Amino acid sequence: MTEAATLPDPFEEVAPPRGRSGAAAWTTWLLRRLGLAVLTLWLVSVLVFVATTALGDPVRAILGRDYNSNPGRVAQLEAQLNSNDSLVSQYFSWLGGLLTGDPGTSLANQQPVWGQISGSVVNTLVLMLLAAVVMIPLAFGIAMISAHYRRRRPDTVIQTVLLALAGVPEFVTGILLVALFSTSVFHIFPAVTIDSPGGHPWDVPKGMVLPVATLVLAVTPYVSRIVRATLLDVLDSDYVELARLKGIPEPVVMRKHALLNAIVPGIQVIALQLAWLAGGVVLVETLFAYPGVGRQLVDSVRNHDVPMVQALSMIIAAVYIVVNLVADVLSILLTPRARTAISS
Amino acid sequence: MSDTRSHTSPPSFFRRALRQKRFSVGLTVTLLVVLFAIFAPFFAPHGENETTGPPYAKVGVLGTDYLGQDVLSRVMYGGQEILVVSTLATVLGMVLGILIGVVAAYSGGWWDEVIMRLNDVLLAFPQILLALVVLTALQNPSTWVIVVLVGTSHAPRVARLARGVALGIVSRDFVVAAEALGEKRSRVILAEVLPNMTGPLLAEAGLRLTYSIGLVAALGFLGFAADPGAANWGQMMNENRLGLATQPWSVLAPVVMIAIFTIGTNLMADGLAQAAEKGDD
Repeated sequence: MTEAATLPDPFEEVAPPRGRSGAAAWTTWLLRRLGLAVLTLWLVSVLVFVATTALGDPVRAILGRDYNSNPGRVAQLEAQLNSNDSLVSQYFSWLGGLLTGDPGTSLANQQPVWGQISGSVVNTLVLMLLAAVVMIPLAFGIAMISAHYRRRRPDTVIQTVLLALAGVPEFVTGILLVALFSTSVFHIFPAVTIDSPGGHPWDVPKGMVLPVATLVLAVTPYVSRIVRATLLDVLDSDYVELARLKGIPEPVVMRKHALLNAIVPGIQVIALQLAWLAGGVVLVETLFAYPGVGRQLVDSVRNHDVPMVQALSMIIAAVYIVVNLVADVLSILLTPRARTAISS
Repeated sequence: MSDTRSHTSPPSFFRRALRQKRFSVGLTVTLLVVLFAIFAPFFAPHGENETTGPPYAKVGVLGTDYLGQDVLSRVMYGGQEILVVSTLATVLGMVLGILIGVVAAYSGGWWDEVIMRLNDVLLAFPQILLALVVLTALQNPSTWVIVVLVGTSHAPRVARLARGVALGIVSRDFVVAAEALGEKRSRVILAEVLPNMTGPLLAEAGLRLTYSIGLVAALGFLGFAADPGAANWGQMMNENRLGLATQPWSVLAPVVMIAIFTIGTNLMADGLAQAAEKGDD
């Protein structure tokens, strides 16, 4: 909290809370927020469980036409899924396994679920992280250029391109990138990630370019448009006008006054987009055969591999919830007004 | 009471929207794609499943696909499914979401808290994930299943927006007056609250339509389509993926159609959003 309080913030009207009452209020707020996140995660687990087991018949879906001709296999699968128990007891034994780090055994290859997932979780997080590292400066840069040329030609062009990009589904952009840079026009980057057994997909950096670029193109427009709108708001405000009148050069005004104020809305929209990435990786990983949770999820859904789908969707939902939680905490920390509101 | 809602009534709202360049451009593009999707099948040179040559050959305008079917004809047939499914899913998502959001805002207090908390749970799912999780336990998804899945995945997002807009309206004088006159709840919502939400809701519907097209195409691309034999832009990307290097148009033709369609609907949605913002005085 102390380092955030030293940030020069023109919105600062009241001194940030100090002493024990402020800290206590903080802890209460944080605990409440954490509690809500845990509650949400628990309700998510109920939803995942009901959706995968109660809405349809997984055994029938796995066996397809064999269902009627192969009663032995039916019994075997039902035993593995415990589908003769009541739904409630099935749910609690699954939840218990999840909490103790044993989310079950895959139906497709009879291997423990966690062993297969842990590697891909890391791969996906690396992909998301790379996309974020490229996207954040890019989005802020574009927004600053756009705000600098406000409502003049370059701004209009940038905004139109961003708006067009924002609507196009990520896998459509991805396929166009593949056609452009890999198969049809240029032959610079591989069309799929190269994944050697025992290695990591980023061992061949060339193979990471197109998946990361696809994700970046999918999220940059949103972040950039929000940051530009905030920048324009700030540039129109009285204190920026005063700074200009005092003779502070425009680039400094942009950097020191405008940009700092765009950080909080920036963080919120970045978090929203990172959370979106948790779902966006599903299609992008499938397109580029990237060995992460997204592709694994699609494969498992195709195989009707219920324990795998349950574990993978819990992980994706958890990433989503954690990213949102972190964003909430950060934006409160960086907004003095919100800080004082909590502690008073 | 009628004068209080006249400023957001649909006709004047549309006139305001039409003054937005992006709205008129987006509307034109969208209408062209819709007309193409509806009428192109009547002009297709070949049948939907008619073989015209060897797989991935340069026969016909756009060549052939993985089964040797004419790509141009498949593209002409393949828009209907996406158009119908994404429109129905959007309508379903909007109706469900508005219902949840307005009821939450109108009831207030404890109900509002519970409804929105449950809504947050659904929001913790990326939209595509919600559809995939349900598809796990189903053998073959029918068209209706896809409509319901995509529609319900929109509902919590629409609900959050609808609640926000409705909160600003339910406390206004004309709503309070209608309640004081003893109007029924459902009537107050239908006659007083909803007509004043038209602008933001139309903008949201445009956005939802964009995402619906993306989601329906995505499910086809992942191989979860109702009818594996039928032509469908999403599915065409999936079935012809291996031919991208040798016969690019078999994949790029449907890709370009979806890109144009979503650019059109998104421009339209953004124009509507701007018109809605300006009307908020």
